[in-house]
This record gives sequence, structure tokens and C-alpha cells, in this order.
Amino acid sequence: MGLLDKIGTKSPWILHFDTGSCNGCDLEIWALLTPKYDVERFGGINRANPKQADILLITGPVTMRCEDRLRNLYEQVPEPKLVVACGNCASTGAPFHNCYNVCQGVDKVIPVDVYVPGCAACPEALIDGFVRALSLWEDKARRRESE
Amino acid sequence: MKRPTTIPIGPQHPAFLEPLNIGLELEEERVVGATLNLGYNHRGMEYALALDYKKTQYLVERVCGICSNHHSAAYCQTMEDIYDIEVPVRAKVIRTIMMECQRITSHLLALGHTAETMGYENLFMQCFRERELAMRLVNEISGNRVHYSINVIGGIKRDMDAGMERHTANVMRELRPLLEDLRDVFARDNTLVKRMKDVGVLTNEQARDWCTVGPVARASGLPQDIREDGFAAYDMIDLKPVVRDEGDCYARTMVRMDECLHSIDLIEECLKLLDEGPVIMTVKGHPTGEGLSRVEAPRGELLYHVKAIGGLQLDRIKIRTPAFLNVPSVQAMLPGSRLADVPLITVSVDPCICCTDR
Repeated sequence: MGLLDKIGTKSPWILHFDTGSCNGCDLEIWALLTPKYDVERFGGINRANPKQADILLITGPVTMRCEDRLRNLYEQVPEPKLVVACGNCASTGAPFHNCYNVCQGVDKVIPVDVYVPGCAACPEALIDGFVRALSLWEDKARRRESE
Repeated sequence: MKRPTTIPIGPQHPAFLEPLNIGLELEEERVVGATLNLGYNHRGMEYALALDYKKTQYLVERVCGICSNHHSAAYCQTMEDIYDIEVPVRAKVIRTIMMECQRITSHLLALGHTAETMGYENLFMQCFRERELAMRLVNEISGNRVHYSINVIGGIKRDMDAGMERHTANVMRELRPLLEDLRDVFARDNTLVKRMKDVGVLTNEQARDWCTVGPVARASGLPQDIREDGFAAYDMIDLKPVVRDEGDCYARTMVRMDECLHSIDLIEECLKLLDEGPVIMTVKGHPTGEGLSRVEAPRGELLYHVKAIGGLQLDRIKIRTPAFLNVPSVQAMLPGSRLADVPLITVSVDPCICCTDR
């Protein structure tokens, strides 16, 4: 593993984007960033700047109007980047299934690495997803090195 | 004459939780005009809600996660209006307790968000630490943290036992001094007060013209509170609406803070009203007819109108959310303010875009 990856996995910066969720998962993401659950233990800080972000926490079933904005944000994030789809609607579009204005999940628009289930996804599950994203990052870095 | 500079804020912006776009017109540092651009969060909820009234019960909480319980309570009240039934008293009281708990969590979120927008990271963390107490309490009462799903047509799903009543009283006793400390900081901290006083003023006439509701209207001196109508158990308890008349960001913040403390009073009063009795009644047949109901959500008046035609499908379900009325009023507050105050003013109306766009 290179030096940058070694440092990076210790301080992953978060970009949170709401693509049309009911705010339930967004609340839990905010609970995640604050004292009780405190994801800063793993080095995660919310910096709402795509140019500095490593991990994208995406909530919501992606409305038609947010589709282009989400793609645009994803392209601005430098490699290595990881996408965590938070909640049922981000994973599959479930509660808003067959609504006329939604794309049925984040993976219809950009590639997703980790899916966190739950409506709304509870902070414990989100921490689990976050840590899994970090270990995926390490795997990716090792694979890149061996190639 | 120089032409004003136009800059967009959003849809993705550090200060906003949700996608919202404001087109600002600036003359140097001063804002001279603002145009709201909404619709990033439109999912087509009203169409989806009307498909099957039994599933609506589940889906209606997903309109908004911050005031989910108010949405489901308003929907249940509307359907009870159609069925023409009176809910048992115990169910009404527990509904009121849950609504007030949600008001505390929602207002603490708004207060923390306001603090974070001003760059006061420490206060933001404190607000959220206190909020977790209330979140844990509703989790213990209803089994869920965000979408409580405790209301059903004809009553509530989950009763409180004696132990839970005692526990609720204990949590409220624990929460009160913590919130009073927070109030002290918001009311007296020099930096905060200077940052918020006389910023984003909405006069009494403007508040009336822009049809604002809830804390935004009450901070501008319009004494309107739907809780005085006495839905659920509000006719049995002593309600004192919090009204201020400055109309600036400071007034809006303090109205929210005082309402949090008042909610604790209301919950304690409700706990005394809890008597033995049923919490749910059976409802038979498909609904037919029209119903209307209003509740006071954390952000203001929430109106539901349902037209049922005697089948699983509803003819129409119309929701008028408080944020839909409050969010456009930033267009009246922003002109004249400085660019650095734009996020603060926008956050001070507590914009809830998922409610606004549905």
C-alpha cells in the first residue's frame, strides 16, 4: 500500500448529498457525525466539497432533476473514491418504487460500492457501511500495487 | 450604473442539508435580489399516496423524516374525519406526547444547524448531544428513531406501560436543565447575538403577505398556532404560544428554543392525563367522502385534505406543508443583507425541501 493510501484510509473525508430522500437518512448521517456515534473516531469529517472528498454518502432514490447533479459531483471527486448508498431508497428506490420522477436507486446513475439497508438506515448500520467502505479502499489499494 | 452580479448557491452547498438553489443578485457585498429555484426533491408523493389507502399509512411518513409523526397524525385525523369516529383519550394523549417529542428533536436540529452555519461547531455538537436523549426516548416508546409509525387510523399501535411513563418523565427532567443551558448560550453569547440581531428581518406585514406559518410567523409577531384549535389532546392542556416581534434571525432562533422548553412542560402535563383505557378502535369498510385536518408541525400549520371514493384507491390526497409557505419568504428577507449572511438567513427559516417539493 502506498503512503497516500495509508494516510487516506486514516482520514477519509465525507461528501454527503441528498438526492431526494425524506431527510430520515440525512438526520441519521448527522447523528453519525455528532458526539453519540462520532464517525470522527475513524477519521471521517464532513467536508461538503467534492474536490476534497473520498467517501460519498448518498441518500435518496435520485430524482430526475438530481440525476445530472449527482453524476457531475461524482466526476469531480478524485480517485480513489467510494460510494455508499445510505438507506433503502438509495439502494433500490423501495418506498418510492414506481414513482414517476425517480430513478430507482443510486446505482442506476453512478457505481455503488456499499449498500446500507434500513428505512431510515440506523446510525449503527451506517457506521458498519462506512467501515466496510474503508476496508474496500485498502483492498483496492493492495490490488493496484500487485498489478 | 453597474449591472448586478448573479451567482447561484446550491443545489449542493455546505450549509444546506438538502438540494435547494438560490439565484442571488449582488451589488458588491449586498444582496439586491434573490430567486428561489426548487423542485430537486420532487418524487411525486401525492400521486403515490393516493394509490392504496392502506399503504398510504406507511408511505405518508416518508414525505418528510423530520416531521414524520405529524404527517402520519394529520393523515390519521383526516381519515378519522371521513370515518366519523372519535379516538380514545389515551391514544390522543400518547399522540400528543409523540408530537411534542418530535418538536423537540426537530427544533434542536434546526438550532444546531443554525449554530453550524455561523461556524459555531461546538454548539452544534452540543445541540445534537442533547437531541440524542430525545431520539433515544422516542426509540424506546415507539421502536423507531425516525419514522415512528405509531399512529394508525383509529388510535395508536403501541401502548406505553407504567415503566415507560416514569421513564419519559425522568428523561424530561434530565433534558430540562440541559436545554436551559443551551438557551442561555443562544440568548446571551455575545458573538451569536451580534451575528443574528437585525439580520434577515421579516416585518409583521411581510410575514402576513408571504403567508408564513409556525415559528417564522410567530417570530414576526403573528400569534398563530394551530395547537390552539385543540386537535389531539391539546384542548386538555395549558398551551402558551411563544411570540416575539423582532422578526430577525435571533427572534426565530429564540422562538424555537423557547418552544423546546414549552414542549417539555406540555409532555409533563400529558403524562398526568394518562388514564387506563383502550388505545385503538376497530375501523370497518373502505372510506367514502371528504376529510380535512390541520396539525401544528414543528415548522407550522400542516394541512391534509383527502377525498375517498369507497375503494382502495383514493381520489385525491392534498398536502400543504408548512415549509412550502415558509421557504419562499427568504426572498423577502435576503435583499439588503450581506452575502456572508445568506446561509444563516436561509437556515433560520428551517427549510425542509422534502416537505416543500414532496
